[in-house]
Amino acid sequence: MKLFNELFQQLDATTSTLEKVDALKKYFKRAPEHDAVWAVLILTGRIQKKYLTSRNLRDSFLRTTGYPDWLFEESYAHVGDTAETLSLLLQSLELVQQDDLQERPSKPLHLWMESEIPALGKLKDETARADKLMELWRELDADQIFILNKLITGGFRVGVSEKLVIRALSEVFGTASDQISHRLTGPQEATVENFRRWVSTEVSELAVSQPYPFCLAYAWGDRKDENWRPEEWALEWKYDGIRSQVIRREDHVWIWSRGEEEITATFPELTQDFAGLEPGTVLDGEVVVLRDGLVQPFQDLQKRLGRKKVSAATLKEQPAGFIAYDCLEWKGEDIRQRPFSERRKILGEALAGLSSPRLQVSPILSLPPGSTLDDLESLRSQSRENRAEGLMLKAWGSPYIVGRKIGYWWKHKVDPLTLDAVLIYAQAGTGRRANLYTDYTFALWKEEEGERLLVPFAKAYSGLDQGEIDELDSWIRRHTVEKFGPVRSLRPEQVFELGFEGISKSNRHKSGIAVRFPRILRWRKDKKPADADSLGTALQLLDSVAPAREAEASP
Amino acid sequence: MSLVRVTPDGLYCEAGDFYIDPWRPVKTAVITHVHSDHARVGSGFYYATHGSVPLLQHRLGEINCEGKNYGEKFKVGNTWVSLHSAGHILGSAQVRIEHKEDVWVLSGDYKRTFDPSCEPFEVVPCDTFVSEATFALPIYKWQTGAVTAKHLYDWWQSEPERPSIVFCYALGKAQRILAELTAYTDRTVYVHGAVHNLTEIYRAQKISMLPTRLVTDAHKDHDFKGDLILAPPSGHRSPWMKRFKDPQTAFASGWMQVRGARRRKGYEKGFVLSDHADWNELNLTITQTGAKTVYLTHGKTDVLERYLKEKGLTVKLFETDYEDSGEPT
Ligand SMILES: [Zn+2]
Repeated sequence: MKLFNELFQQLDATTSTLEKVDALKKYFKRAPEHDAVWAVLILTGRIQKKYLTSRNLRDSFLRTTGYPDWLFEESYAHVGDTAETLSLLLQSLELVQQDDLQERPSKPLHLWMESEIPALGKLKDETARADKLMELWRELDADQIFILNKLITGGFRVGVSEKLVIRALSEVFGTASDQISHRLTGPQEATVENFRRWVSTEVSELAVSQPYPFCLAYAWGDRKDENWRPEEWALEWKYDGIRSQVIRREDHVWIWSRGEEEITATFPELTQDFAGLEPGTVLDGEVVVLRDGLVQPFQDLQKRLGRKKVSAATLKEQPAGFIAYDCLEWKGEDIRQRPFSERRKILGEALAGLSSPRLQVSPILSLPPGSTLDDLESLRSQSRENRAEGLMLKAWGSPYIVGRKIGYWWKHKVDPLTLDAVLIYAQAGTGRRANLYTDYTFALWKEEEGERLLVPFAKAYSGLDQGEIDELDSWIRRHTVEKFGPVRSLRPEQVFELGFEGISKSNRHKSGIAVRFPRILRWRKDKKPADADSLGTALQLLDSVAPAREAEASP
Repeated sequence: MSLVRVTPDGLYCEAGDFYIDPWRPVKTAVITHVHSDHARVGSGFYYATHGSVPLLQHRLGEINCEGKNYGEKFKVGNTWVSLHSAGHILGSAQVRIEHKEDVWVLSGDYKRTFDPSCEPFEVVPCDTFVSEATFALPIYKWQTGAVTAKHLYDWWQSEPERPSIVFCYALGKAQRILAELTAYTDRTVYVHGAVHNLTEIYRAQKISMLPTRLVTDAHKDHDFKGDLILAPPSGHRSPWMKRFKDPQTAFASGWMQVRGARRRKGYEKGFVLSDHADWNELNLTITQTGAKTVYLTHGKTDVLERYLKEKGLTVKLFETDYEDSGEPT
């Protein structure tokens, strides 16, 4: 725990990528393999098991210390994080190790992860649990207690990406980073053997069920590339489903989502179709709901997710489909380094033997030579009619790489749907934003019997810069009408432009609509609350983007 | 009638006809210490400790003032007044006021943690204790300055190829860091102009600190690689920082105890170092004075008020003009 704590403090105290990699390297050079394997899994967000809730920790603390409830709450209100509040209170009560520059023996990370924490999680008796927890806390100082509490509650976060962890491993062990990246794909056990496998410099056989790391695209934004030549680019629709890889090897089929979740059992009809592929084939594509050959909104697909058992009714109501984009392995050979043009030809060949209405090859859209970026824009503007969320641009010559690279793949989404809404509630954020009001609820106008009232319709957390967040935070504190718990209701004065990816009708929401991925585009200080949009406008938007299901069914 | 009360001009002792740390100009002021929210310009006459006087003259210019020794009793109006060490910064004092049978002590700002740059806190028994409450939440608990200084020293040494800038209060905190660091090194530290003058006043009073040099006195080709630089918080992200290439930055303050506070201000690193009493020190001190009545002046007064009341003390509040934050947040 000592080394891991040092690593955490260093990662936490810098924003520089280089320094983060240095800290990681220093850790991997010193840490025993048995701890390093856990560190990799924790840092890359693979360990998120919740053994106890924050509430459990708090209750245990109050039980053993007899600490006044209200004093805990006052402290928590100031800190905004239970794990941190407890670590500071234990330090203040001098119940735990103090930072006195003394070297103390400390249990290695793997012992915490494999024995101490799981044993604690098994205790059901509250007194026994509280006693055990205090025993564990006593061994540590405040910084370490913070980390332990986060590990117990499955809430450990620190600002490093998987990419940085892999880069550090690669530099320490001399292993190619895309090898490590590939070996890390899919579920991983925290064993010494695994760690050795990840960093082994021998080019190893693939684990048979494993997908390749996904190739990703950069956002096109408002690029103005004078030299853009349509003939160098494959254009495709960007569908809003689940980006997936289909692995057909030996006599099995596996389907993996981009989130590295195995979804084979969730889509039995696709699995059955893919059994017809030749063994030694890996495809990249999008899992969608496909009705009469047409891609359905993401909301439909959502109804199929997270189920291991799929009922016959669901199979019928939300039939899955697969739109194939790419072929990564063919006849047992890894062909990712070949140009996209070649891989597309092979993709056609790979699917030639299959005739299932559920499988489609993503069409290549063509712009005639000499077409300009304006033509590209006009093609993109037809995305919604084509049931897509935008365009993909793939350089015909590009290999299938790990991650993203400028100049290979671009995604060019349609403008997000937007509405102007009024800020009506705010709530403090968590973690490092605990002292700031950063969770916002927005409302639209609703006409009711000649009256206009504001109805909440979306929550959004992101989109403002730090300066705006600070300004808004101070405005919120001065314009609170009422507090209920952590939420403040506000004078309806501030208007924000919100963007979102999708909109649909919903009976579960007071407003009657649900939006997908809402985010703040701009603070419209130029607008009065009365200028904000109404639910009526939102419903028009809904009509324009998502043709009603009923209309589709009847010709 | 109570011996000290709040008026629009400041805390006023009618029996002695003087004010303690008034926020507006008055005839007679007794000054606890020279931080700007406690020592303000324009009063007719100032009493302060000998340690405070040179700092007071530096900050306020030409003033009528009289220096006193710690513990020296002097008559003001119908009261006996004496100043007792508060352990906050050089020259800082608590004000003891005796009138007939009644003894009050006003703490000003204070701390109990050891500080090599000023005299240690003295417990002064009294009937009524007027305490600050800047860090009056149980989450605030200080380690010794020696431990924090060691962390600061290690952080500085970890980057021999970059300048290391620590932002801190120019009066008190900067000198404390310079004094604590003498345990680990004898290297020269570069300082911002605001820190320099005050440090020289400390030196003149025989406070042992690392040698210092003005940043502006460095040769124009000097790259500050591996140097430690002390600067006031106002220097952070100001044009002044252009002088330093790729520095690592840290902030030294009690507020750095909470991770969120550290992040919000954009400092990479926080060192928990405060010139105020932490929760345990506040409670210990209030108990040790034996006071039956406690007044709280500034800071997180509501939490401490409730806590002390539950312990059976009489607790009242003085609405003062002193900064709640005590040190820059
Ligand atoms: Zn002060």
